[in-house]
Amino acid sequence: MSAVVFARHAMTPAERLRDASWVAFVGLILGIPLIGLTTVDVGGKLAIETRFGLLAAAVVAVFFGRLLLRWAVDQARNRKLDRDRASTATAADRARGTQKLVSVLGWLALGASIALPIAFSDNRYVVDTATTVLIYVMLGWGLNVVVGLAGLLDLGYVAFYAVGAYSYALLSTQFGWSFWEALPVSGAIAASFGILLGYPILRLRGDYLAIVTLGFGEIIRIILVNWTELSGGPNGIGSIPRPSFFGLEFTRSAPEGQQTFADFFGLEFSAMHRLIFLYYLILVLALLTNLFVSRLRKLPVGRAWEALREDEIACQAMGMNTTNIKLSAFAIGAMLGGFAGVFFAARQGFISPESFVFTESAIVLAIVVLGGMGSQMGVVLAATLLVLIPEFGRNFSEYRMLLFGLAMVLIMVWRPGGLLAHREPTLRLNPLVQDAGAKEAA
Amino acid sequence: MTSTTSTPTLLSVQRLTMRFGGLTAIDDLSLDVPAGKITGIIGPNGAGKTTLFNCLTGFYKPTTGTLRLAHPERGEMRLEALPSHRVARDAQVVRTFQNIRLFPKMTVLENLIVAQHNVLQRASKFSVAGIFKLPGYRAAERQAIDRAAMWLERLKLTHLADHAAGDLPYGIQRRIEIARALCVDPVLLCLDEPAAGLNPRESAELNELLLYLCGELGIAILLIEHDMSVVMNVSDHIGVISYGRKIAEGTPEQVKHDPQVIKAYLGEDEDEGAAAA
Repeated sequence: MSAVVFARHAMTPAERLRDASWVAFVGLILGIPLIGLTTVDVGGKLAIETRFGLLAAAVVAVFFGRLLLRWAVDQARNRKLDRDRASTATAADRARGTQKLVSVLGWLALGASIALPIAFSDNRYVVDTATTVLIYVMLGWGLNVVVGLAGLLDLGYVAFYAVGAYSYALLSTQFGWSFWEALPVSGAIAASFGILLGYPILRLRGDYLAIVTLGFGEIIRIILVNWTELSGGPNGIGSIPRPSFFGLEFTRSAPEGQQTFADFFGLEFSAMHRLIFLYYLILVLALLTNLFVSRLRKLPVGRAWEALREDEIACQAMGMNTTNIKLSAFAIGAMLGGFAGVFFAARQGFISPESFVFTESAIVLAIVVLGGMGSQMGVVLAATLLVLIPEFGRNFSEYRMLLFGLAMVLIMVWRPGGLLAHREPTLRLNPLVQDAGAKEAA
Repeated sequence: MTSTTSTPTLLSVQRLTMRFGGLTAIDDLSLDVPAGKITGIIGPNGAGKTTLFNCLTGFYKPTTGTLRLAHPERGEMRLEALPSHRVARDAQVVRTFQNIRLFPKMTVLENLIVAQHNVLQRASKFSVAGIFKLPGYRAAERQAIDRAAMWLERLKLTHLADHAAGDLPYGIQRRIEIARALCVDPVLLCLDEPAAGLNPRESAELNELLLYLCGELGIAILLIEHDMSVVMNVSDHIGVISYGRKIAEGTPEQVKHDPQVIKAYLGEDEDEGAAAA
C-alpha cells in the first residue's frame, strides 16, 4: 500500500498511474459489497443480484478522479511554492498589508452592522439572526481572553453565560432590578464564579484543564436543573423584564403615568422597535467588549496573558505571579460571558437550563479556534459563518449539520491557524509607517 | 584572587541537599558566590548543576539546606523559602534556561517588555490607569521601552526588535534570553549554558558581554557552562560538581590542575571512564 501516500514531491506520470490504480483497486474491493451486490425482493424472499456494470463504472470514475485530484493538488502546491518564493523578501510589507486588510474589514463590518437594521427594518428574521450573531461575537471575544490570549483551554464557558443570565433573571424578577442596574452586578457575579473555577485548576494544563472546565460547565447546568427553588428547575424562569430605552418601555400601551417608546417619539407602535433596540444594545455591548479587550491586550496584563500562553515557566522566571495572571484571565473572560448572558436573558424573556448545554461551549470555542486564536476580527468572521451556515442550511434540513461539519473541516484544512491567524505586536520599536518611509528614502 | 575573603559574599549556599525519591541530585553542597564577580559551575553531565539552579530560583524546594542572599537593598533573604516568581521579583535573582525559553510568538521587544511586567503592572494601577492611557502609565511604558531598547542596542539586537522571537536563529535567541533577563534588573544573574550551540565568534562575544556586565555594571554572575573557552576565560572563581557533590573550588588555574577534577572528567582508568559516561 506504500504507493498511496500523499507524496511531498511532485509525482511522475508513472507514479500517478500506479497511485490511481491502487486507489481504484481499493475502490473495487470496497465496491463489491457496496455496489456490486444488492438484495432484491423476489416473491417475498430476498435474493442477491449483481451489478457489475455499475461497479466497473464506479471503479473507472475513482481511477480518473484520483488522477485528477493528484494533478490538482500538485498544481496548487507548485503555485503556493512560487508565491512563497516570490514574497519572502517583503515580510514587513506583508505584515502591513494584513494589518490594513484587517482594519478595512473591521470598518466594513462595523458600517454594515450599523446599517443592517435600517436596511431590514421590517424583516424580523434578519434582525433576529444578526442579534444572535452578535451574541456569539461577544461570547467569542470573552472566551478569546481565556483561550486565545492566556492559552487556557476552557470547555465550560457556557457556565458563565448561564450565571450571567440567571443572575439577571433572579435580580429582576425577585428584586425588581432594572437591566442597567443588574448588568454590572451580574458581570461581577460571573467574574467571581470565574475565580472560583480558577482556583482549583491553577496547576492544571492542557487536556486536564479542559476536562475540569467541562465538568464545571455541567455542574452549573445540573445545579440549575435540580435546584428548583432557586432556578425553577427545568421549567426555567419566565417573564423576565425587557430592557427599556432610558425608562421608555417598548409596549403597546404604557402603565399609568408613563410613556411608551412609540408615544414619546410620536411613532406608530411596532414590535420591530424593540428588536432593533435590542440589536443596537448588543452591538454597543459587543463594541465595548472589543474596545476593552483590545486595550487590555496592549497593557501589561494582556502581554502577561500572552506570555503565559507561550511559556509559563519563563513567566515565573521573569518574576510574574502566574496565579494572579491566570485568575485575572478567568475573571475577565467570565465577566464578559456574564454580560452576554444578561443580554440573552433580557432578549429572550425566558431562560431554562436547556439554553446552556455543552454544545454552546463547543460552538463558542469553535468560533475562537476557527477565527484564529487571539484574533478579534477572526472571531467576527467565524461567528458570522457558524451562525449563518446552519441558517442557510435550513433548506437542506437533514444535511444541515453535515454541511456545518464539512465547513469546519474545510476551514481547518485551508487555514490551520484559523481564518485570521496573523498576530499584530502590541508595540513596535520602529513603527511601520516610519519603516516604509525609510525604505522609500533608501 | 583566591577565594572569597577579599569580596563580600552575595549568595551563600549551605549544606544544600535535593532528593527526588531515592535519587540524590545534590548532596550536601556548600558554595559561596561573591558579589560583583563571575562564578563558574562546571561538572560532567548529570552532576546536578541545573538542579542547583532550580533550587536557587525557587523551581524546586530543597530537601534540606539554606540559600542565603545578601541583597544590597533588602538585606538577607532566604531563597529556599520563596516561590519562583518572588525569587525573580523580590530577590532579583534571575535565570536563563539551558533549552531556551522565550515567548516565541511575541516579538523580541515584547519579550523584553514582559520581563518588566511588575514595574509596568504597578504603573498601570492594575490596568485602570492603563485602560484610560493616563500620563503616568504612558511615561512608565515609555521608560520600559527605552530600557529594552538600551539592552537591545548593547546586545546588537536592535534591528530584530519587531521580529517574532521564535523565528530567529538559535544564537540570537540565546542573546535575547540574556537581554530579557537583564530587563528584570538582576542582582545575581544565573546563566544555564549560555554558550551552548554558539559558534566560536559568538562565544567570544559572549565572553565580552559577561565581562562588561560584571565589570561595568557590577552584576554578579553564576555561570553553568561546558564550553571551557568561556568558563576558563571569564570566571573569577569556579566550583566543580560531580554526582551532586562539590569536588573542587578555586581559580580557573587551580581547578584545571586539580586531580579530582581531572578524574571526574576523564575517569581514573578506562573502566571508570566508561561508567561515568
